[in-house]
Amino acid sequence: MSLQISAENRVKPVIKCSSVYKVFGENAKKLLAQSNGLVDAKTFLVLICMKIMILVVMGLSGSGKSTLLRCISRLTDATAGKILIDGEDLRALSPNQLIELRRNKMGMVFQSFGLLPHKTVLENIAFPLQVKGQPTADSMARAMDMVELVGLHGRENYFPRQLSGGQQQRVGIARSLAVEPDIWFLDEPFSALDPLIRKEMQDEFLRLQGVLKKTILFVTHDFSEALRLADRIAIMKDGVIEQLDKPANIILNPATEYVRKFTEEVPREKVLTIGSIMEPSVDASQLSELRVAQDAIIQTVAEAILTEPKKVAVVDGQGAVVGSIHASKIISMLFGASPVAVGVA
Amino acid sequence: MSYLIPRSKLAQFILLVVVFLTLCFAIEPSETNVLWRFPALFAGLPGAINGFAENLMYEWFPVEVYDPDLEEYETSALVRELTRGFSRSILFCIELIRDILLGGVKTIVAFTSWDFVDEHEWAVWPALPWTVVSGASIVMGYALRGTGLALLTALATAYIAIFGQWEPAMETLSFVLIAAPVSCLLGMGLGTAAYKSVTTETILKPLLNVAQTMPHFSYLIPVMVFFGVGDHAGAIATIIFATPPMIRLTLLGLKRVPAEVVEAGSMNGCTNRQMLYKVLIPTARRDILIGTNQVIMQCLAMAVIASFIGAKGLGFNLLLALNQLRIGQALELGICIVLIAVVLDKLSLAWANRQTDYFPDESFFRRHQYRVMFLAVFGLCLLLSFLGNLVFSGGINYFYLIPHNQGITTEPFWQSGVDWMVENWYHGLQAFNNRLILDVLMPMKTAFLGMPVSATFVLIMGIGFIIGGLRSAVIVGGFLLFIAFTEWWDRALITAYMTSFAVIVSAIFGLVIGSLCAQTSLASRAILIVCDTLQTFPSFIYLIPVIMLFGVTDTSVLLAVIVYATIPAIRYTVEGLRSVPATLQDAASMSGVNRMQRWVKIEMPLAFPHIMLGLNQTVVFALFMVIIGAMIGTEDLGQYILKALSDKNGIGNGLVLGLCVAFIGLAVDHLIHTWADQKKAVLGM
Repeated sequence: MSLQISAENRVKPVIKCSSVYKVFGENAKKLLAQSNGLVDAKTFLVLICMKIMILVVMGLSGSGKSTLLRCISRLTDATAGKILIDGEDLRALSPNQLIELRRNKMGMVFQSFGLLPHKTVLENIAFPLQVKGQPTADSMARAMDMVELVGLHGRENYFPRQLSGGQQQRVGIARSLAVEPDIWFLDEPFSALDPLIRKEMQDEFLRLQGVLKKTILFVTHDFSEALRLADRIAIMKDGVIEQLDKPANIILNPATEYVRKFTEEVPREKVLTIGSIMEPSVDASQLSELRVAQDAIIQTVAEAILTEPKKVAVVDGQGAVVGSIHASKIISMLFGASPVAVGVA
Repeated sequence: MSYLIPRSKLAQFILLVVVFLTLCFAIEPSETNVLWRFPALFAGLPGAINGFAENLMYEWFPVEVYDPDLEEYETSALVRELTRGFSRSILFCIELIRDILLGGVKTIVAFTSWDFVDEHEWAVWPALPWTVVSGASIVMGYALRGTGLALLTALATAYIAIFGQWEPAMETLSFVLIAAPVSCLLGMGLGTAAYKSVTTETILKPLLNVAQTMPHFSYLIPVMVFFGVGDHAGAIATIIFATPPMIRLTLLGLKRVPAEVVEAGSMNGCTNRQMLYKVLIPTARRDILIGTNQVIMQCLAMAVIASFIGAKGLGFNLLLALNQLRIGQALELGICIVLIAVVLDKLSLAWANRQTDYFPDESFFRRHQYRVMFLAVFGLCLLLSFLGNLVFSGGINYFYLIPHNQGITTEPFWQSGVDWMVENWYHGLQAFNNRLILDVLMPMKTAFLGMPVSATFVLIMGIGFIIGGLRSAVIVGGFLLFIAFTEWWDRALITAYMTSFAVIVSAIFGLVIGSLCAQTSLASRAILIVCDTLQTFPSFIYLIPVIMLFGVTDTSVLLAVIVYATIPAIRYTVEGLRSVPATLQDAASMSGVNRMQRWVKIEMPLAFPHIMLGLNQTVVFALFMVIIGAMIGTEDLGQYILKALSDKNGIGNGLVLGLCVAFIGLAVDHLIHTWADQKKAVLGM
């Protein structure tokens, strides 16, 4: 459960949870106090999300991932523990402060969309603005911008029931972004969609994040989705976070047996970058002419590296050499019996 | 001990019937035998209620009030003053609308005095010409929904005016326009309160159950005692009757709002108030609209019944026509009521579904087209009605108001139809009538009356035990015990016999027609539309055609009850059968079932719980209609309720009788619901 924060993100955390407990049922607090951890509680030990980062919480159903999200958005109240949003104690907020926080800082996308059935696309998107008390003309204009942003132009007067699942979720996304929140919660947003649409929506999501740069907490039960989207993945089981790490690290160094099972079926060459398996040592005399980028996915450059007899130089974004890789490494990663143990960059 | 209780339900049931029959034959019918009839321990209950009501109205908590007529203070009871004030405000609202629609002086009187109106001749509110009201409502229909609704409104208003029913129709409308919104708001308020607090819900639930199974007539008596007689009393009785379904549907709707929608609301920063008005209520709109629809239907169904306590309008005229056996006129009036119900329903539905365009790129005229249209039509119709003064001679301006006796009437046509039928079918109908009464109804009635009270208890509580265990047995027994301790056990048995007969026939018809129609989707849709339409008719309407055929007999009442009670049986059968999942149908097809096997082995078992709920509705509908049937002469509980209406001290009798009917309904309701719930649980629904 150790957490490694890389240097570039050493700023103040946006979301910080420690020892959060959620017990369901009546007299939850009393039960928790008496139980010494024996009650069926959802426990979240540590979870930190930095600015402009996609933190994906992954777990199977019943693992407590949605409960965690609901505790952090305070849709349900955590039974014990600390949840800090920008250093502010979420659990201590008064109802009015909470409303203010949600109106200005938070946006959330729901699995079954949670659209208001009696409002049109435009009205749904403008809803958070109207709730805030913005004048109708302003909020409608802003909502229209959001319609453009998510590519629903021409459908602004449709009702949710007249849209496909993917389109409905676009409305949900647009609505959650209408108030320009800093923190964006997504609760299994693409789980209800067809695989092809899901892929399309994931691309759309990454495109939006490229433009908007939010702090994101994304909940999913789909491991490959987590790998595709995440900067950090937290894997949950029975209410406890098993591992919180970079995607590559989770594949290469699963912390527990449970996590390892998820990683077994993952095609590494399609997920890992060259940077995650290279050797940091560089011996300039033995390098070939070929240069590969540090963050290139292995599959895209494997053929070139395999045809080189010598080690290949790995470069960062500025073109400086940061490490090297040999064809044998790629072969052992692809076909080796045991997962390669490599240091993490 | 345990081996004495047979395992299988069927064995239990057979044993029960054997015990029941043994008791029936073993117990001697005699006045002194407690096992034959229980003593009327509750005989004093009506008197006690009368005393309580009197005390409340005339003695409890005296207050000093100023009497403007006598110009002095006098002592009066608090409750009496409160109800008086309430009556006055309701009456004021009704008369305000009535003055606007039909003209008059009541509103002006309310602000000044009769003397003022007598002195000044100009102090009369002029009536709106019917053309103006009609035109305005057509524009409203067009603005809300378009041509279709405009046409319907035009047809309805034209029909009412041309048939000379404008005045009574507007009188009815004026109290519906007060009663319906008040019921809706009250129902939504209480429904929301029940949604927010579990305590409120627990308190409201049993009250709603009783309120919805009490016959309409029993409401009239307490209303009469506390609020007097008149239009306001009619409106108040209507409000009391129409609010419970609204509460229930509001609560149901709010409970069905998906959790994620509520969460989305909170994440968007809704305050409690915004959550309620912008998220919860609009999302629960479908059920709330069904509630509104029910309220409007109840209001118009009560139009006739409320006329018993002085509500003017179509209902009163319909009652008169029925009493005079003027079938044609009753039919015309009935159609007026139905038309008003349909138009109000569609208008309210369209209003709730209206849509706004936020980026209108339109000229001034397009943006305000409906307002302009409204003004234009208003002016035009006003002009037309003035021109009417010049066109029509004889002092009647047909563009202003078509008086009651000057409209078109189809009465002679219907009367001749009735005459023709009596002439040609008399013997056939009479033979059928006699057969039914002698061979079926009389023996059934004798059998019901021949049951010793102890045997009835054993049978009903036994069924309760078989279906729902000890708890159900006690609940059902409790309901029966109340009835058995009143002095009306025999009357209740007659009500029960008529209801049972009607329910059995309705259930058979409903199952057969429903199953046949459910075979194709086209037929299902058609029959559901027919059911919808028939349900729009106030219950009184059903009496018209049967009286036409059979005159004033038990047979007429029973036929009306059967027709009325078959509607829910058909509806629920069709819905239940059609909702069998497609995958199951496919699985059945692949197992090679034939049509009959599919019906018996797949569709019926799965649709059974839903059909049972339909049966429950059938029982409640039948009970209501049997009581209303007392109007045309049956000798059950209903007749006594009617008697209580005209009795000065009727409140106690009326309430206890009403409770008797309600408890019959609730006992059946409990048994059926328990059974259906068990079946549902077994089927995993």
